[in-house]
Amino acid sequence: MATILQLNEAIQALVRDGDTIALEGFTHLIPFAAGHEIIRQRRRNLTLVRMTPDLIYDQLIGAGCAAKLVFSWGGNPGVGSLYRLRDAVENGWPSPLEIEEHAHAGMATAYAAGASGLPFGVLRGYLGTDLPKYNANIKFIECPFTGEKLAAVPAHRPDVTVVHAQKADRRGNVLMWGVVGVQKEAVLAAKRSIVTVEEVVDRLDAPPNSVVLPSWVVGAVCPVKGGAFPSYAQGYYPRNNAFYKKWDGISRERETFQKWLERHIMGTRDFGAFKQSLEEATQYA
Amino acid sequence: MPEASYSADEMMTIAAARMIRNGASLFVGIGLPSAAANLARLTHAPETVLIYESGTIGTRPSVLPLSIGDGELAETADAVVSVPEMFAYWLQGGRIDLGFLGAAQIDRFANINTTVIGEYRKPSTRLPGAGGAPEIATCCKEVLITLRHSKRAFVNKLDFLTSSGHMEGGDSRERMQLPGKGPTAVITDLGVLTPDPVTRELTLTSVHPGVTAEKVVENTGWPLKVAPVVETLAPPSENELRVLRELNERTRRAHTEQV
Repeated sequence: MATILQLNEAIQALVRDGDTIALEGFTHLIPFAAGHEIIRQRRRNLTLVRMTPDLIYDQLIGAGCAAKLVFSWGGNPGVGSLYRLRDAVENGWPSPLEIEEHAHAGMATAYAAGASGLPFGVLRGYLGTDLPKYNANIKFIECPFTGEKLAAVPAHRPDVTVVHAQKADRRGNVLMWGVVGVQKEAVLAAKRSIVTVEEVVDRLDAPPNSVVLPSWVVGAVCPVKGGAFPSYAQGYYPRNNAFYKKWDGISRERETFQKWLERHIMGTRDFGAFKQSLEEATQYA
Repeated sequence: MPEASYSADEMMTIAAARMIRNGASLFVGIGLPSAAANLARLTHAPETVLIYESGTIGTRPSVLPLSIGDGELAETADAVVSVPEMFAYWLQGGRIDLGFLGAAQIDRFANINTTVIGEYRKPSTRLPGAGGAPEIATCCKEVLITLRHSKRAFVNKLDFLTSSGHMEGGDSRERMQLPGKGPTAVITDLGVLTPDPVTRELTLTSVHPGVTAEKVVENTGWPLKVAPVVETLAPPSENELRVLRELNERTRRAHTEQV
């Protein structure tokens, strides 16, 4: 059964130095609040897994939490580069970052294999690309029935998966909708899991066939209103595209990034205070 | 010749949009491909099925999404599926007519690089990476590519092959048993290149109004083949320009709301 916890308690209990951790969310429902709490609690040597490392992984990498990144697309969608990711890869700042690079289809297959308890997943993918030359976790096999050449990737089995969802009930059953990405597979593939939610309600009222994570497959449920900002939560608030654009300027140089990190993440006690500090900064800018 | 009343980027988007057949299912990348796909849907191809890799099928956004999974894509879609389902059933399942990709680098056989500039392990520029592109490039029945023309982008040799085009040309793609037929056109801000039917080498087959074949050759990093007859594309119609500009203006407003 999931335990309903404060976010800082959940990170303290379930995320350890050296863990392989997946914070998933495909542009929607990105668990920013949880990522910030990992930074605040100064976790180190993490292997970060995520299909689309966006701003939250840029922040974790720039803050020095990561030793390795497993990913398939690392950018600020529609805006440009992730400068902290680039600085780590190109210059080893703040520390060298090992990368294991996939395509989306391979990452999705690896999560599905993990959720299925299979050692690897199979896909019609990676044909002709240079990626297998640099990633030993992409191999090719022959279909035993037709002889077709197919790609194989080992299952993702994160120590911890963290996702954000719209709702949970008081027993810790979780409901999400909209662009649901790979979150269900990522939670089911993981040894431990944390789900932050917009609200905890008496009744979930999930329609049949909804994406529901039953309480007994979830480790901790943490109510964090607005916890996916600046990404969005369908039915609650829209994506803050202006912040994504603003991140380009904040993250471009080490100095501006560090100032931002100190003031808005390390200098705040929780996500509510983080958002308040952003508002104040905008007001007096 | 009078000065053009439209930009090269507008002409590129409009030329790309014109290539989209009404009713086709279309796997759309963010940026230039998304602009062209939505322009097609709002002009000559209203029945086009737009698919974004976030899982949205048959989406009809009123503004261009900044990310591949903006909320409006889900709100206006016929169906929203999970990402594993999107890549397994829909893309690898061979359901999608047309893939539409951008690129940082392209070579003469329309192989593309979106991974690194320079050495992989010590890149001079780390680009976002593959995303959905390798499987879009192989599994869609056909692929369109759009990017701005320059020697830096149209290179003799890719720094990294992210997504397969016609590989080494000729029948190399068929020999590798890639499912779809690969890139059928590359639309740039200067004109359109199409693969030669036999060698599969990209050949300049049309230019935008006011652009010469020489200019395209000058901006290509290999000795570009030029078709015996190079067609000049029709300039943007009043309607195409109006719809594109309105779309861009709605998008600009939507994306600059206060933080």
